[in-house]
Amino acid sequence: MAIVVFADHHQGEIKKAALEAIFYASEWATTQQQEVIAVVIGEVPHPSSLENLGQYGAHRVYYVNSSWLNDFDARLYSLVFREILEQLQAQICVLPHDFNGRALAPYLAAQWQAGLLTGVCSLPESDGSFQKQVFSGKALAWMHVHTARKVITLLPNTFSVKQQDRKATVENWQPSQVKADQRKIRVKELRTTQGRVPLSEASIIVSGGRGLKGPENWGMIEELAKVLGAATACSRPVADAGWRPHHEHVGQTGLTVRPNLYIAIGISGAIQHLAGVNGSKYIVVINKDPEAPFFQAADYGIVGDAFEVVPRLIEAVKKFKGLS
Amino acid sequence: MKVLVCISKTADTTAKISFTADQKSFNESGVQFIINPYDEWYALVRAVELKEQYPDTELHLISVGGPDVEPILRKALAIGGDMAFRVDLQPISIEPVAISIAEHVRQQGYDLIFTGKETIDYNGSGVGGYLAGLLDWPFISLATSFTWDGQIATVEREIDGGREIAEAMLPLVVSCQKGIAEQRIPNMRGIMAARTKPLQVIAAPEKAKENFVSIDHFALPQKKSGVHLIEPGNEEELVRLLHEEARVI
Repeated sequence: MAIVVFADHHQGEIKKAALEAIFYASEWATTQQQEVIAVVIGEVPHPSSLENLGQYGAHRVYYVNSSWLNDFDARLYSLVFREILEQLQAQICVLPHDFNGRALAPYLAAQWQAGLLTGVCSLPESDGSFQKQVFSGKALAWMHVHTARKVITLLPNTFSVKQQDRKATVENWQPSQVKADQRKIRVKELRTTQGRVPLSEASIIVSGGRGLKGPENWGMIEELAKVLGAATACSRPVADAGWRPHHEHVGQTGLTVRPNLYIAIGISGAIQHLAGVNGSKYIVVINKDPEAPFFQAADYGIVGDAFEVVPRLIEAVKKFKGLS
Repeated sequence: MKVLVCISKTADTTAKISFTADQKSFNESGVQFIINPYDEWYALVRAVELKEQYPDTELHLISVGGPDVEPILRKALAIGGDMAFRVDLQPISIEPVAISIAEHVRQQGYDLIFTGKETIDYNGSGVGGYLAGLLDWPFISLATSFTWDGQIATVEREIDGGREIAEAMLPLVVSCQKGIAEQRIPNMRGIMAARTKPLQVIAAPEKAKENFVSIDHFALPQKKSGVHLIEPGNEEELVRLLHEEARVI
C-alpha cells in the first residue's frame, strides 16, 4: 500500500510545504510499512532532480509531465490523483494545506469518496485521532476520520523535515482517463512577487501595525525583514487603510501563519490578530505601550518606541550576521 | 443567472472560546453568533453586487443547520438575496454540508456558487471544493476578484507569493476571500424586507447523515510562560536570545 503525496511545485521547485507533506507521509508510513509516492504534475525543467525527493522520504516519484497540466486546476488535478490512487489501491492521500492543496484536497475527497481532514498538525495518535487547530488557532481539536479512504492536508511549518541520504525512483506517469480537452479553466496570467519569501512559507515574519503611523515608515520593516531573510506582514487596520496590500494581512480574517519567529512591531495584539499568529513558535513584541495585550502572548518583548528600537535591532542583526 | 451563496453560522470573532467540562463540545453559553465573515463580507456581498449589475439574477442563500441558523439567514437576507434555504441537519464535518448543498443544487439548478474561503470556527476550508467535486464543476479557490461579462467569468486568486488570473465558463464554484468585495452594513429597508423573504426548510439527504469525520475532544493551547522583557537599547541581547535560547535565527 502507498501513501500518495501532492508534491506541488513552482516551475520545478517543490514548495516547502510540499516537502513537509512528503516528510510527514514518510513518518506516517514507517508505522504502517507503507511506501510514499510523491506526485509531481506539470513539466519541470530538470526531471532527474526529482530523485532528490527521496531525501524527504519519498520512495517513488510519479512525474506527470503533460504541458496541459502545467497550470493548476483543482478539477483536472483531482482527476489525475483519483486515477493514481485507484491504480495503486491507496487509502491515504496527503497534501500541503496551502493555496493549491486547500483547493485540490476537498475536490479529490469528494471525487474519490474519501473523508477529508484539513490543516492537521500531528501524526495520527495511538487512538487514530489527528490534532488540528480550530477557532483560528484559539483552540485545538482531536479528530477522527471514519472512512477507509482519507484525504489529509498538513498545516505548513508544523513538521521540521529531517533529510536523509536517499534517492527516489522517478517514473513517468500518464493519465488515461483525463484529457487536455477536459480543461474548463484557462489561466490568463500568473504574477509572482520575485525574490520575496511567501508569507505561508516564511520561517521568520516581520509584521507592522498602526503604531508605525503610515506607509512611508515601512522602510525599516522591510529592511529588518531583509537582514533576517524574513517575509513582511501587517495587521488588519493597516491593510484596510491601504498602507499595505491585503495579502499581507495576518489574523483571523486574513492569513493564519505559523513561522518559527514572528516579530510584531507597533501591533497592540487584538484577539483577532493573535488568532492568526499564535501558532508561531516564538513571538517578539515591540511596542511603546507596556499594557499592549500582545505582550501576554509574547516570548520576548521590548517596551519602547519602534522608531528607535527597530533601527538598533537592524544594526544588531547585521552585526550578528557579520553584515556590517 | 441563478446564484447560490453558502452561509455558515460561527461564533463571533471576539467570543471567548471555552469547552464543556468533558472537553467534548464547544461551550456556547454567552457566545454571540454571526454570519461567518468570509461568507458575509465577501461571498454574499459580491453576489449582491452581481445582482445589482444584472437585475434578472436570481440569488439564493443556503445554510446547513438547526433552527438556530435561521436568524443568521435572516441577517444575510437583510444584506441581499431573494430567498433562503435551510437544510435541516446538524453539521458535524465538511462532507455532510457539501452533500446536502449538492443535492439542493441538483434539484434547483444554479450557474454560480459562492462560498467563503473557510469558516472561522473549524477552519476546514473544504465545503466549496467538496461541493464542486460532487457536482463535477470547475472550482476556483481563494478568489480576490470576480467579474462576469455575461459569458465568461474572470477570477483572480491568491497563490503562494503571487496572483493568478483565470477565465472560466459557468457553472462554477468560487471560494471568496478579502479583496473580492467590501463589507456592507444592512440598511433598515433591507432588514424589513428580510422578514418577509421566503425561508424554506428542506430535509437532508440520507448520505449526509453518515459519519465521515468527528471531533473527539478539544483543548485550549498551553499558555506562554510569560514574556521576557529586554530593555530598549539592548537589542543585541534580544538577537543573542533569539540565536542561543530560541534558536530561530
